Amino acid sequence: MAAHLKKRVYEEFTKVVQQQHEDLSAKKLRLTKPSKSAALHVDLCKATSPADALQYLLQFTRKPVEVESVEGVVRILLEHYYKENDASVRLKIASLLGLLSKTAGFSPDCIMDDAINTLQNEKSHQVLAQLLDTLLVIGTKLTENPSVRMRLVEVACKHLTDSSHGVRNKCLQLIGCLGPVEKGAAKEAESQAAKDVQKIIGDHFNDQDPRVRTAAIKAMLQLHERGLKLQQAIYSQACKLLADDYEQVRSAAVQLIWVLSQLYPESIVPIPSSNEEIRLVDDAFGKICHMVSDGSWVVRVQAAKLLGSMQQVSSHFLEQTLDKKLMSDLRRKRTAHERAKELYSSGEFSSGRKWGDDAPKEEIDTGAVNLIESGACGAFVHGLEDEMYEVRIAAVEALCMLAQSSPSFAEKCLDFLVDMFNDEIEEVRLQSIHTMRKISNNITLREDQLDTVLAVLEDSSRDIREALHELLCCTNVSTKEGIHLALVELLKNLTKYPTDRESIWKCLKFLGSRHPTLVLPLVPELLSTHPFFDTPEPDMDDPAYIAVLVLIFNAAKSCPTMPALFSDHTFRHYAYLRDSLSHLVPPLRLPGRKLVSSPVSPNITPHEDPSQQFLHQSLERVYNLQHLDPQGIQELLEFTIRDLQRLGELQSELAGMADFTATYLQCQLLLIKALQEKLWNVAAPLYLKQNALASAAAKQILEETYKMEFMYSGVEGQQVVIIHHMRLQAKALQLIVTARTTRGVEPLFGMCEKFLQEVDSFQRCFISELPHMQGSFVDKLLDLMPRLVTSKSSEVVKILQTTLRQSTFLHLPLPEQLHRATANIIEPTGESDNPLRFTSGLVVALDVDATLEHVQDPQGTVKVQVLYPDGQAQLIHPKPADFRNPGPGRHRLITQVYLSHTAWTEPCQIEVRLLLAYNSNRSKASAKIPKSTWSESLEALPQSENGIEGTIPFSKPVKVYIMPKPARR
Amino acid sequence: GAGQDVGRSCILVSIAGKNVMLDCGMHMGYNDDRRFPDFSYITQNGRLTDFLDCVIISHFHLDHCGALPYFSEMVGYDGPIYMTHPTKAICPILLEDYRKITVDKKGETNFFTSQMIKDCMKKVVAVHLHQTVQVDEELEIKAYYAGHVLGAAMFQIKVGCESVVYTGDYNMTPDRHLGAAWIDKCRPDLLITESTYATTIRDSKRCRERDFLKKVHETVERGGKVLIPVFALGRAQELCILLETFWERMNLKAPIYFSTGLTEKANHYYKLFITWTNQKIRKTFVQRNMFEFKHIKAFDRAFADNPGPMVVFATPGMLHAGQSLQIFRKWAGNEKNMVIMPGYCVQGTVGHKILSGQRKLEMEGRQILEVKMQVEYMSFSAHADAKGIMQLIRQAEPRNVLLVHGEAKKMEFLKQKIEQEFHVNCYMPANGETTTIFTNPSIPVDISLGLLKRETAIGLLPDAKKPKLMHGTLIMKDNSFRLVSPEQALKELGLAEHQLRFTCRVHIQDPRKEHETVLRVYNHLKGVLKDYSVQHLPDGSITVESILIQATAHSEDQGTKVLLVSWTYQDEELGSYLTSLLKKGLPQSST
Repeated sequence: MAAHLKKRVYEEFTKVVQQQHEDLSAKKLRLTKPSKSAALHVDLCKATSPADALQYLLQFTRKPVEVESVEGVVRILLEHYYKENDASVRLKIASLLGLLSKTAGFSPDCIMDDAINTLQNEKSHQVLAQLLDTLLVIGTKLTENPSVRMRLVEVACKHLTDSSHGVRNKCLQLIGCLGPVEKGAAKEAESQAAKDVQKIIGDHFNDQDPRVRTAAIKAMLQLHERGLKLQQAIYSQACKLLADDYEQVRSAAVQLIWVLSQLYPESIVPIPSSNEEIRLVDDAFGKICHMVSDGSWVVRVQAAKLLGSMQQVSSHFLEQTLDKKLMSDLRRKRTAHERAKELYSSGEFSSGRKWGDDAPKEEIDTGAVNLIESGACGAFVHGLEDEMYEVRIAAVEALCMLAQSSPSFAEKCLDFLVDMFNDEIEEVRLQSIHTMRKISNNITLREDQLDTVLAVLEDSSRDIREALHELLCCTNVSTKEGIHLALVELLKNLTKYPTDRESIWKCLKFLGSRHPTLVLPLVPELLSTHPFFDTPEPDMDDPAYIAVLVLIFNAAKSCPTMPALFSDHTFRHYAYLRDSLSHLVPPLRLPGRKLVSSPVSPNITPHEDPSQQFLHQSLERVYNLQHLDPQGIQELLEFTIRDLQRLGELQSELAGMADFTATYLQCQLLLIKALQEKLWNVAAPLYLKQNALASAAAKQILEETYKMEFMYSGVEGQQVVIIHHMRLQAKALQLIVTARTTRGVEPLFGMCEKFLQEVDSFQRCFISELPHMQGSFVDKLLDLMPRLVTSKSSEVVKILQTTLRQSTFLHLPLPEQLHRATANIIEPTGESDNPLRFTSGLVVALDVDATLEHVQDPQGTVKVQVLYPDGQAQLIHPKPADFRNPGPGRHRLITQVYLSHTAWTEPCQIEVRLLLAYNSNRSKASAKIPKSTWSESLEALPQSENGIEGTIPFSKPVKVYIMPKPARR
Repeated sequence: GAGQDVGRSCILVSIAGKNVMLDCGMHMGYNDDRRFPDFSYITQNGRLTDFLDCVIISHFHLDHCGALPYFSEMVGYDGPIYMTHPTKAICPILLEDYRKITVDKKGETNFFTSQMIKDCMKKVVAVHLHQTVQVDEELEIKAYYAGHVLGAAMFQIKVGCESVVYTGDYNMTPDRHLGAAWIDKCRPDLLITESTYATTIRDSKRCRERDFLKKVHETVERGGKVLIPVFALGRAQELCILLETFWERMNLKAPIYFSTGLTEKANHYYKLFITWTNQKIRKTFVQRNMFEFKHIKAFDRAFADNPGPMVVFATPGMLHAGQSLQIFRKWAGNEKNMVIMPGYCVQGTVGHKILSGQRKLEMEGRQILEVKMQVEYMSFSAHADAKGIMQLIRQAEPRNVLLVHGEAKKMEFLKQKIEQEFHVNCYMPANGETTTIFTNPSIPVDISLGLLKRETAIGLLPDAKKPKLMHGTLIMKDNSFRLVSPEQALKELGLAEHQLRFTCRVHIQDPRKEHETVLRVYNHLKGVLKDYSVQHLPDGSITVESILIQATAHSEDQGTKVLLVSWTYQDEELGSYLTSLLKKGLPQSST
């Protein structure tokens, strides 16, 4: 009861107060919505203690404020600000002001004066800092207004002398963000006020507080980012900051030095303690190199990263970064790298077994040894040996970038990169392999280096091995022993990890075609031919033997003398491989053999390419033959489809194109077949058989059109129109079939409606393409549109039927590049006879490994489907992280699929396949709409294309033998 | 100990009245009294506890802690002994082992007992990294990570504003299981650093590792057996991790064995003290503790005769006795096998003989053993090389450097280098020698807040490191210093204030009228002194802040003007600057 009373009292009390104040504030805030600000005002007045007020403010912060009432709220807040004695409440108000001025659509210039005024009387440093922060927000919203900026900068300069680091920090930040950048314009306006922003900021480089120093450097960088050209004089100041005690200062200073080195690369700076002078960029490079051995790893990472982007450094300095003089007991020692090189050049393999093999030779002059060189010496040597892998990765990246711009440096850093192949962290190893690949056109591997590289082939990580295969694809090897070594190691790899087969073959293909002359002397040995004796014919299915053949055939392509060394069975094997692995085995000019496929020399342009010509000719033939009798058309289409399919198999580069057109023709063929039956003319409902054929055709056409639209990469607008057109025809066919088979008008009516809507949306989507579609189905349909809309559904069907028959066959223009999305499941192989046993009700993880080609956005579209023998299907969405992108247009899916089922009595096979999910809303057609007519199509779109979602299987299903066992009790 | 010498590390530091002993090691080369430091050097009579404030042990190697039980129990010391947690854990194992060898095998008497080791360890206080420990009111110590072996630390010893850093042994390049030594910019008065590799700059560790792995891999692939003689702690773990990860990476199947005993116990501690290891191990231990070896199993004597390839780590490291020698004798005859010596071997041991190329060894009993197996040498050492030492000095920025734990000749070179590069004094005392280092102790002075605020408000912003000039009065009273404003000082001491004013005449050659000269001087000053207020008063004088300048014509020579510059004592700085400026004359441009 008491509580209830209390509540009532409280309620009443609040009511009274509210009314009082609403009157008061209503005068001021006529234009704004009084409710919100007034409520706040009331709350604040009610607050008896600062803690209360703070609580109200906190609550207020959580609610959004409309643009119109912002100003009112700000006024109220300011009013309280002046009255408030407690610093924490003022702080909160100040932060609220900043928050409010961020409101979109609100122009804060009206509150700026007030905010500046509040600064004047403020005593608390924290509140001051917060107010400055608010000003910063206001300033960033009003960047176009130079006078506002000027004023703010002036205010900031005034408070720079504050004793609190927080205030100085904010001031510098403000100056950095708002300081005048345009020299000329700013000069006359603010000659005395903000004299020189750079000087002001520069003065704070020596501030006593490290946070302020950092802020000063950051402000300077901010100015640079905004386009102000920093003065060179700062350089010496920045260099001093590199020796700062605090890591954040050093880190920022490194950045500043880097910026300056990019601005003034060629100016000359003196070297202290000597009379010499060097280029600024070299000096800066040396200094940043020095920071690679800094005490803090954050700075080290930063320094190592920045080194990579300093491309103008002279090569002399660059090469020093890899130099680390070794000594032992004051005698110069050669590094292991140098030793390896020497052994190589003297033509001996490293014995490396003698005690004191690396015994130091020459005495060195004690004076000449500089233990800590002030230059760039050994920066990368240190960076690559760093404790933190972040630093090592940064160093590898930097090496990569520098090596790409300087071939001589690339040659030098090779040893170090090769060393990194043995890093303890996989990421670093992978990164260094990638780096090596990127610079591989600049380098040739020595045998000892190759040896180290190849040793990594046994790595158990698939990523590493594959990266290495990629690397080997584009490396240059100097000797035939090198090639032999590479082959032997790759074969070893093959036996150890049979799943790498494809990747190894591909690698050998490139290795062969790059080094034909080096392979030539190896041929007899590799094929184990003997001058006198016949050797047994190797097993054709042995992957290792295929690997050797791939190497040899690719080398033979540019080495005409090689086929003379082949034995008879080699030629036979060639013919077989050329057919079965056409992407790996090039066409060869072999003696005594007709050239089945003419050698394609690379300088022939695609149009002259005979197979391309063939494709075009056959299509031409089809398109010209629209007036032949239906029988003839059908036959021609059938032949052409067959030809195209065969062509696609033979010519991998044309496969996409050929398949695409073949599918299109197939659709056309189906349509013709379905329509062509004489039975259509019978007035009575169709025969069951006829019905089945036509509806199946319609269904298949629909499916094929989705495939055409979503499975090919490189499909352009022109093709999309035709695909959609085809789909429209299929839908028309469907309509006709249903009209013929069902009785009653009711269902038909709805279908007609829907169909007409679709025609409508088609017209809207592709209005620009319509002129190209003379005489087509749609063209005719649109002519008849007024009639169709008014007529009855049976009438509509009739019209549709005639138009479908009379319409011409649209020419499908081919885009430049067309690739069919393909997927190949590598694992599971589906060959295992041992069932995967698991307890029913629990899950078992199945590793799935597949390569995807020409799939756009695989993360969103590729799914894994598991079909159980009982017809149950399971769709799995792989995680985005499961997709890797080894090359353009290629993806790799390595994921785990969880299987589960109730107990079976005996093992059975499940099917695993990959699906490509599509959604017609996402199609290219609808993507086009916004460009043309945004507003109209927007409302029509959701109904007409109500997002038909579906999936296309695009890989061969793989069978997995599984056996869920009943759980033991 | 450890002065121009390796082994028997024992350094005495007296700092601001406190005595600290750094390390308490034994010497491996001696078996007589010389093996332990001479503790009578500290005091002839009386207890050590009275003379030493604390003892600090840097890590568990016997040359750094071997004499500890002798020192604390037999000589008698009851004060605190500081070491890190891993050191405290592993140290007694090693001491016990050492005791066993000396007492049980060599049959020495008058040696410390197991109980003594236990008692000694009770006196140990364990510290954490970067933990500041107050030994007593004034003395505080702090440990830094040193790499080298598990639990190795560098110690900063600080009394008041004077400090010493002792590095113990440290390693600046990270290895497979430990990180690199690190110290902040603590700017000690003295840095005592080891200098084992004072004249060596080492090759990249990656090359060494790769060579090692390649050799092992090749031998194993050939079906051979690899013997790696190691000492129980430190390098053994490093090599284990190296091989373990390699086996994992390359999917190798050949077994790796580890001789049991000491090492197993130690491995247990390595597993425990994961936080002391390097980044990789620390990061991956959630999935798997790297020291829980998957491929490395305990060795049994019978395994040595097993067919097929294998890798065996066996103690001791110099092939002079024990299991490693037994295995070596079994395998030496087969050229497919290999022995890899991962460290230095003392002359006279089998290890040294085979490394120097001897192929026929005479064993005890006149047996002649023919060595057909391959012999390899790989250096895996965890000391900082010359470059690393320099790097540490650069990080810590000491005012003096003292070199220990190294050979005199090598130290000489490094000393010269340090002096040349860093311009700091460098010392290298021999055993028993005392080096005195003078420090510039800073004396704290109390300053009144009012004065401080007033003084910082004047002039430009306070500067971080540069000394700032302040005006005040220093009062030394009752053994304390106070800095107060002059007025307050006057008031306190009851003195009257005197004003001091300097006046100076400057002659200027200027034929023009007086007021013109004044104007020129005014313009000139205004141009030069931008940050000061320069005013031209109506009575023909110029003021710069509070300094007065007047010009009169010279009584004899009208062409010479006399400038009278007058300033008070407080403005001495500006005044003298102004006179020197005026003495240089006026620029000619104004005509």
